[in-house]
Amino acid sequence: MLYIILFILLKSLALIIPLLISVAYLTLLERKVMAAMHQRKGPNVVGFFGLLQPFADGLKLLIKETIFPDSANTLIFILAPILTFLISLVVWAVIPFDKDYVFADINLGVLYVLAISSLGVYGIITSGWSSNSKWSFLGALRSAAQMISYEVSIGVIILCVLLCSNSLNLSDIVYAQRKIWFIVPLFPLFLMFFISGLAETNRAPFDLPEAEAELVSGYSTEYSAMGFALFFLGEYANMILMSSMITIYFFGGWLCPINTYIFKIVPGFFWFGFKTTLILFVFVWVRAAFPRYRYDQLMRLGWKVFLPFSLGWLLFISGILVGFDFLI
Amino acid sequence: MFIENVLFLLFSILSIVFSFFVILCKNPVHSILSLIFVFFNTAALLIFLGAEFLAMLFVIVYVGAVAVLFLFVIMMLNIKESNLILSLYNYIPVFTLLITIFVYEVYTVYSSNLMPLYMFTANSLKDHDILVIDFIIINFLDCVINYATNIYVIGNILYTEFFLMFFISGIILLVAMIGSITLTLHKRNDVKRQFVFKQIERNFNNTIIWRS
Repeated sequence: MLYIILFILLKSLALIIPLLISVAYLTLLERKVMAAMHQRKGPNVVGFFGLLQPFADGLKLLIKETIFPDSANTLIFILAPILTFLISLVVWAVIPFDKDYVFADINLGVLYVLAISSLGVYGIITSGWSSNSKWSFLGALRSAAQMISYEVSIGVIILCVLLCSNSLNLSDIVYAQRKIWFIVPLFPLFLMFFISGLAETNRAPFDLPEAEAELVSGYSTEYSAMGFALFFLGEYANMILMSSMITIYFFGGWLCPINTYIFKIVPGFFWFGFKTTLILFVFVWVRAAFPRYRYDQLMRLGWKVFLPFSLGWLLFISGILVGFDFLI
Repeated sequence: MFIENVLFLLFSILSIVFSFFVILCKNPVHSILSLIFVFFNTAALLIFLGAEFLAMLFVIVYVGAVAVLFLFVIMMLNIKESNLILSLYNYIPVFTLLITIFVYEVYTVYSSNLMPLYMFTANSLKDHDILVIDFIIINFLDCVINYATNIYVIGNILYTEFFLMFFISGIILLVAMIGSITLTLHKRNDVKRQFVFKQIERNFNNTIIWRS
C-alpha cells in the first residue's frame, strides 16, 4: 500500500516538475520572441543568453513580502491563487505525451479536461471579490464572462472532433488521426478553436481582464509575491495546456508528420513537444502583433460568430458522417 | 474495498456537513462556496458508484455554469448579513414539509427496491448481468454503473426509450430561455451602435471624396 502511494507520488512529481520548468521557459520564450519582433535584445544578462532569467524572476517573487489588503476577505484571498494553480496542475493527469505516457488513461478524458478547466473561473472570480477593490472586481467579472462564453464554442468544436474520432479518450482521439490529422478536414474548426483558446486563456488580443490601461492588472491587482507568482504559473500552465489540447485534437498528438522510418526513430513525446511549442510560439506571435479587442467586440465574436458557425459545422459533420455511413 | 468504503463515507459526511454550512453561513458568498463544495462531494460519490459520466456532467453543469451564475449574482447584490438569519426561522414549517416529502420519497424508493442503498463499488457490480433484471429503471441504473459502456448505454436509452421526455424537457428549457430573454430585452434607441458589415463594406473610393 505504502509502495503504491509512493509510486503515485513520484509519478505526479515527474509530471509536475517538468511542467513548472516549461512554464518558466515559456516566459523566457515570450520575452525573447517579443523582443525579436520589437528588434530588441530581450533578457540576456542572467546566465548564458539570459537562460537563467526565469529562475531569477521566480526567486525574486519568492523573497518579496506578501501583502494582505486591510479590507480583504483573508481566507478566500489566500485560497484563490492556490486554487488557480492547483486546477492548472490537475488537468495534466489525462494528457497523453506519447503512447502509454499518461498519468491516468481514463475513458472520459475529454470531459475531465472540460470539467476541470471550467473550474478555473473560480480562482479568478473569488480573487476579484475577496481583494475588495474595484479594479480586481471588474477584472474578475470580465474574465469570468469571457471564459464562460468561449467555453461554449470550445465545447461544440470538441463535439465535432469527438464525432470524427468516436471516443472520449484522448489517446483514442490521437489514434483516430493515424490516417490523416484532423486539421486537414476540420481546418475552419481549428482556426476557431485556436482563437477561442486565446480568449479562454485570457491572452492578447483578448486580455481584457488585465487591460493595463484601464484596470491596472485586473484580478491580480492586490496580489504580491507568492500569490502573484501562483496566478502567473497557473495562467502559463493553462496556455501550455491549451496548446497541447490543440495538438491532441488537430495535430495528431505524438504521431509523426509523415509515416516514414526517419521520422519514426524520433520518439513520440518529441513530436508532441515540438507541435506544442510551435503553437505556443503562435500564441506569443499573436500577442505581439495584434491590438486588443473592445469588450463588446469580444462578446459579439464569441456569441454571434463562433457559436452559430461551430453549431453549423456540427450539423454538417454529423450529416456527412450519417449520410456516408461513416459512423460505427 | 475498505479504503473505498471509508472514502465513500467521508465524502457523504462532508457533503452533509457543508450543506448545513450553506444554510448557516452568515456571509452569502461563503455559503455559495460551500454549496460548490457539496456539488464536488456529490460528484465524488457518483464516481464511487461508477457513474463517471454523470459525475463529470454534474461538475460541468452545476459547478462550471450554475454556481458561477449564483456567485455572480450574489457578489453584485451586496446583501446585509443580519436580515438573513432573522428571517430564517420563518421558513421552518416549509422546511419541515420539504424534509418530510423528501424522506418519504427516499423511503418509497428504498422499499420498492428500485435502488440498492447498501455500500458497493464499481468493481463489485462490473460483472452484473443486465439482462436478468426486467424492470427498466433498474436496468437503466445498472447500465450506468457498468464501467465500460457508460455513455453508450445512457445515449442508447435516452434517445430511444425516454426520447419523448428528453424532447419535452428540451422544449421546456427553450421556453424558459426565450421567456427570460423577452422579459429582460429592451432596445434603446439613444445608443450609438456599431454595424460591422457597414464598416467592412466601406472602401476608399466611396468614403473619401476628393474635391478640387
